[in-house]
Amino acid sequence: MLKFNRFRGGIHPPDSKITAGKPIEKAKLPASVIILLHQHVGAPCKPLVKEGEEVKAGQKIGDSDSFVSAPVHSSISGVVREISTQLLSPIGREVPGIIIESDGRDESAKMEAIAPATASKREILARIREAGIVGLGGAAFPTSVKLSPPEGKEIDTVILNGSECEPYITADHRLMVEQPDKVVKGMNVIMNVLDVDKGFIGIEDNKKDAIRRMREAVEREGDKRIEVLSLKTKYPQGEAGSLIKTILNRETPSGSHSYDIGVLVQNVATAKAIHDAVFEGVPLIERVVTVTGDVKEPKNLLTRIGTPFYDLIKECGGSKGDVGKIVCGGSMLGVAEFENVPTIKSTGCILVLDREKSRIPEERACVRCGICVSVCPTGLMPTILEKLARERRFEECMDYHILDCMECGSCTYVCPSKIPIVQLIRYGKEEIKRRE
Amino acid sequence: MPELIVSPSPHIRNEVSIEKIMYSVIIALIPTTACGVYFFGVHALYVIITCILSALFTEYVALRLMGRKFVMDGSAVITGLLLALCLPPGLPLWMAAIGAAFAIAFAKCAFGGLGHNIFNPALIGRAFLTASWPVAMTTWTKPLTYDAITTATPLGLWKMQHIATPSINLALGNVSGCIGETSAIAILIGGVFLIAKRYTDWRTPLSYIGTVAVLAFVLGQDPIFHILAGGLFLGAFFMATEYVTTPITSKGRIIFGVGAGIIVVVIRLIGGYPEGVCFSILLMNAFTPLIDRHVRPRVYGVKRKSFFVSSANKGD
Repeated sequence: MLKFNRFRGGIHPPDSKITAGKPIEKAKLPASVIILLHQHVGAPCKPLVKEGEEVKAGQKIGDSDSFVSAPVHSSISGVVREISTQLLSPIGREVPGIIIESDGRDESAKMEAIAPATASKREILARIREAGIVGLGGAAFPTSVKLSPPEGKEIDTVILNGSECEPYITADHRLMVEQPDKVVKGMNVIMNVLDVDKGFIGIEDNKKDAIRRMREAVEREGDKRIEVLSLKTKYPQGEAGSLIKTILNRETPSGSHSYDIGVLVQNVATAKAIHDAVFEGVPLIERVVTVTGDVKEPKNLLTRIGTPFYDLIKECGGSKGDVGKIVCGGSMLGVAEFENVPTIKSTGCILVLDREKSRIPEERACVRCGICVSVCPTGLMPTILEKLARERRFEECMDYHILDCMECGSCTYVCPSKIPIVQLIRYGKEEIKRRE
Repeated sequence: MPELIVSPSPHIRNEVSIEKIMYSVIIALIPTTACGVYFFGVHALYVIITCILSALFTEYVALRLMGRKFVMDGSAVITGLLLALCLPPGLPLWMAAIGAAFAIAFAKCAFGGLGHNIFNPALIGRAFLTASWPVAMTTWTKPLTYDAITTATPLGLWKMQHIATPSINLALGNVSGCIGETSAIAILIGGVFLIAKRYTDWRTPLSYIGTVAVLAFVLGQDPIFHILAGGLFLGAFFMATEYVTTPITSKGRIIFGVGAGIIVVVIRLIGGYPEGVCFSILLMNAFTPLIDRHVRPRVYGVKRKSFFVSSANKGD
């Protein structure tokens, strides 16, 4: 058994994982989907189809010439109704997108499966890109780019992130319980592409069944390089820096990437998507979304990407009580929506909160209790950053390492004065980046 | 769908609030308050009530004058109560009222109210009273007599007449002294309650009391006597841990505790006063901004160059 290190600080919010025991259900085929052309980090895609054109599920409908980008695919079969330049994305941006009306036939276009044992690395990477795979943990960074580290950066360890430390979300949890073999096979592909001989799958110990199922799958696969680790449940365990610290006791130097210390972190759902693309030729057109919170029947739904949020909430029996917030993502990091938006590749959770839970608490004066300092996983002094950012003293913010903040929100969660600390820190970071 | 509420993440907050912390501190002070009333009689209770009412009234008036809303957050109650607990039991009530009013008006509201004061208001109140009415502030009542027989405190007896007081009396509290500082056990109960609730950082009282014990021992004094006598326990658990006026980092709190401990021993052994807790905390309050500026946690992914991060080496 490995001796574990711990990351600094952290919090223990109620885990609220009410859907942990609910098997993944296939969502109803949506009547129409909105495929956004910019769902990832990097350059937006250009549409490859015209209005009125017929498309199949899995057909590529948008791509870009840029290296840092990922193509998008239609998730249903039907007709392109509209190509718009201004559609609202769940992460709060206006981006171009394609609206597709379903023909109800759900005909799909597949790519050929490839045999990873004989295929070259270049072929596999091309397939991962062609399938439109991006980091599904939330970052949405194009996976083929991440798997091509810059010259001279030697990766020695791959960590698969199955910690899912955010309250409410159970999408990765169910995936690990129900399809562990696909996750392990996907990880295998990642490790082969990178020529790595050490791999860890980190799972928080509040998901005992997932840990057991993943261990069994690793055994079945017979891959001696991979070890499944049970990690202490503590938010933000799933943040890459915390994960690397806990498992390897390495720290990503301030201002650099984890591949600078030889580590690559991928989400378990991303590994599963790689499996589907490589072994089955299926591009990334569906994923598990946990629809939870104040809905009548919270569920883990296998949904087509681009399904409008309200369709999925309706499928879970609608809201319970007066709706206050609809959040894309979990309760700690999610984005509150102000209207019906489609899911994107990185949408793992739709959280509905009633009006009472959505009440914005009254802000009071800071009493310098220092609790935010003690919970900060990065070792920052959030209360000082908050005050400096509020007074627009950005130079001093830099001195207090404001750019190292990962915005996990732990400080804001614990603040007895209910100060929106992380919001003010984000403001400070934005201003500093804007001025550079 | 009705109109949706939009706000930045996180969308959940924990249930700890200013009020919850403040009322927990008040609950933690109940054992030692009860002991004070038991040992020194009903006049001690009057002093306590006078201080609390005066503090509340002053805060109400001051905030109204400042054009701000008065919020019953419990902080003025704590200031009044803590001040009363470090006053002699027989103090005239009008003096107690003035002390509390001064504490709130000048040590708290003049700095901008809750969260902005530099010095612990209760201790400022006490220092003000000591300077203004030194005789009344050093007239001590014998415990359990209830008829105001004046006597000296254990530290006074030790300093002036070299008479030791048995430790068991110091622990239980049947010795003369301020209303709420005589019973170490009662204070410890409240302090441990706050530490268990994680509202108080254990590092401050431990480093403070520990420093006094070690220094007293090294200098040939009885360490048990020095930690139990006087206001050290009350100061260590309830005043050196007051959020606003003490450092926000755990390392800073240790520095605060050690510094205050050194000052206490220096005042007791070298200075003119028999007791130094009040001044030790006030002096360290003055150092708090400096400590917070230079003692910072290590940032993830940044190698520590030295213990003190100087603001001079910007951009590293």
